[in-house]
Amino acid sequence: MTAYVIRRVLTGILILVLLSMLTFVLFNALPADPAALTCGKSCNPQTIEANRERLGLDMPLYMQYLEFVKGIFFGRTYGSGTATFECSAPCLGYSFRRGEEVTPLILGVLPVTIYLAIGAFILWIVTGVLLGIYAALRRGRWQERATMGAALVGYSFPSFFIGLLLLFFVVIRWQLLPYPSYVPPSEDPVQFLQTMILPWITLALVFAAFYIRLTRNQMLETLSEDYIRTARAKGLPERTVIRKHGLRAGLTPIVTAAGLDLAGLLGGAIIVESVFTLPGLGRLAINSVLDADLPVITATVLVAGFFIVCANIIVDLLYAVIDPRVRLS
Amino acid sequence: MSTATEPTVALVDAPVTGLSLRQLAWRRLRRDRGAMIAMWVLVFIFGIAILTPWLVGLMGLDPYAFDGTVLSPAGSLPLGDWGGASWEHPLGVEPLTGRDLLARLMYGARVSLFIAVTSVVIIAVVGTTIGIIAGYKGGWLDTIIGRSTDLLLAFPFFLMLIALSPVLTQRLEAAGLSPEAARIGYLIIVFAFFGWPYLARLIRGQVLSLREREFVEAAVASGAPTRRILFKEMLPNLWAPIIVYVTISIPTLIAAEAVLSYLGVGIVEPTPSWGKMLADSVRYFAVVPTYLFIPGTALFIVVYAFNVFGDAVRDALDPRTGRGIA
Repeated sequence: MTAYVIRRVLTGILILVLLSMLTFVLFNALPADPAALTCGKSCNPQTIEANRERLGLDMPLYMQYLEFVKGIFFGRTYGSGTATFECSAPCLGYSFRRGEEVTPLILGVLPVTIYLAIGAFILWIVTGVLLGIYAALRRGRWQERATMGAALVGYSFPSFFIGLLLLFFVVIRWQLLPYPSYVPPSEDPVQFLQTMILPWITLALVFAAFYIRLTRNQMLETLSEDYIRTARAKGLPERTVIRKHGLRAGLTPIVTAAGLDLAGLLGGAIIVESVFTLPGLGRLAINSVLDADLPVITATVLVAGFFIVCANIIVDLLYAVIDPRVRLS
Repeated sequence: MSTATEPTVALVDAPVTGLSLRQLAWRRLRRDRGAMIAMWVLVFIFGIAILTPWLVGLMGLDPYAFDGTVLSPAGSLPLGDWGGASWEHPLGVEPLTGRDLLARLMYGARVSLFIAVTSVVIIAVVGTTIGIIAGYKGGWLDTIIGRSTDLLLAFPFFLMLIALSPVLTQRLEAAGLSPEAARIGYLIIVFAFFGWPYLARLIRGQVLSLREREFVEAAVASGAPTRRILFKEMLPNLWAPIIVYVTISIPTLIAAEAVLSYLGVGIVEPTPSWGKMLADSVRYFAVVPTYLFIPGTALFIVVYAFNVFGDAVRDALDPRTGRGIA
């Protein structure tokens, strides 16, 4: 077990290193001139050259990458001579566009996305898995067809369209909620909930629809296994058969999917945060893309990749805990 | 399919015709009424998309023509109910510009569908080729391909799509493409680049089990060249997963194009696309809600029809649904 964990973590680190290299190359070698992107419309040749030197963009690419990695672990100093400034570890870069260090910028918006992700996650797992099990247990009856039909409809709605519809009907037409405006929960819990409820529903709906389908298919497959027949044959009550034998094995792939989806939620967060103008990581990402703010883009991609890699490891370990058939070696 | 039961067949009076997997699947599909409706809806929409330039001309519409006469002088909002719907403009007009929404919806379908279909063709060709080679050859090639798909799958895929947009469109424009073509090119490139690993994995898994089958062994024994084994012996057995993957991918790609255009990194003015229309409608949706509903509903119908059809195709092609009983 320990050996497996260590190997898994090492592979994860290797993937992160490769991801960071690839990201770094993509966003520093692909643009015609990264330095020209540091100041936007106010650029003149002097500022471009000055920024090029201060950010170390005149160095060869591998040196820039090593500097970047060094910054993450030990912090780094930008510029030379008198015009230097410190960027303390973990330094993910410096955005000239915003005149800010990237790390505090990301830490500042991260809570919003985490609140969004966790709320939506709870909502979609509970509804998705319960309805999926319900559909599987009502196989061949109208309840199953209704649930699966609804799931397919929900699955086909692009999430930003759902968000806009909710915004239009709930907020503008029926005025059930005030227009969303984010405040931290510590400041005003009521307004926080009023703002977050529609984003949670929007984000959860598409995933819930997907999980209904996944759970139902998994359950049906598991319930047709021989050991389920054995369990029934030895006279176990149906409830025990489904809970102990069916659910436990049937839910393993759902745990995998859930872990990865939670980690990859940033994609969905970009959409939902844009529709409801929430100041989270997704919105930071899309704004920096629209501004061509390369250091912030690189950092958000890395942070998102970090979550995905961690989730992969955790999911693999959870496997062994949940599914009695899995033995790690 | 197999001819192993021939002796008994000869004893039966009525000639028994063997059905190929394709025929069986088609039979099963035809009996699924929802799938058939979905298919005709899709045929209809694709037909419209192909004929758009001709149809729009026939109706006397123009997706690009500005028209101030249909807008209120004060707020530049469409005159009349339902977003300014009239005989001349059946779905109303765009606020601020007065461009016809039906024409823009139809041209938008062309753009959205073109991007999705082109990307999926590239994904299918690249994913299948790499998957077959990795699965059949094994060894270091398989390791490299396996690791690189692992890496691609660990990518924050959607974020990368968005993040690459300024960089890639800049490059494509520098290569001499028009801004419009550069945007479309960017979308196709990123969809294809991030799409193939999933299919490659799927195909590789299938090939690993096909490789051990007798007919492949027979081909190897009779000295068939590798290329023949891969593409003549293996490929015909892989059509089912490829077709299922393609039908399921297209709606995802249509929705992805819409999302990216909605976020401002996809299709840009003056080209219409459904996501672009939705993005534009947001500013007006409190006063002109039809502008939001029209592209949104169109998007939903296409994606839904594809999902219904894709589910049915998968069920029809799934050998576990009882192939013998046609």
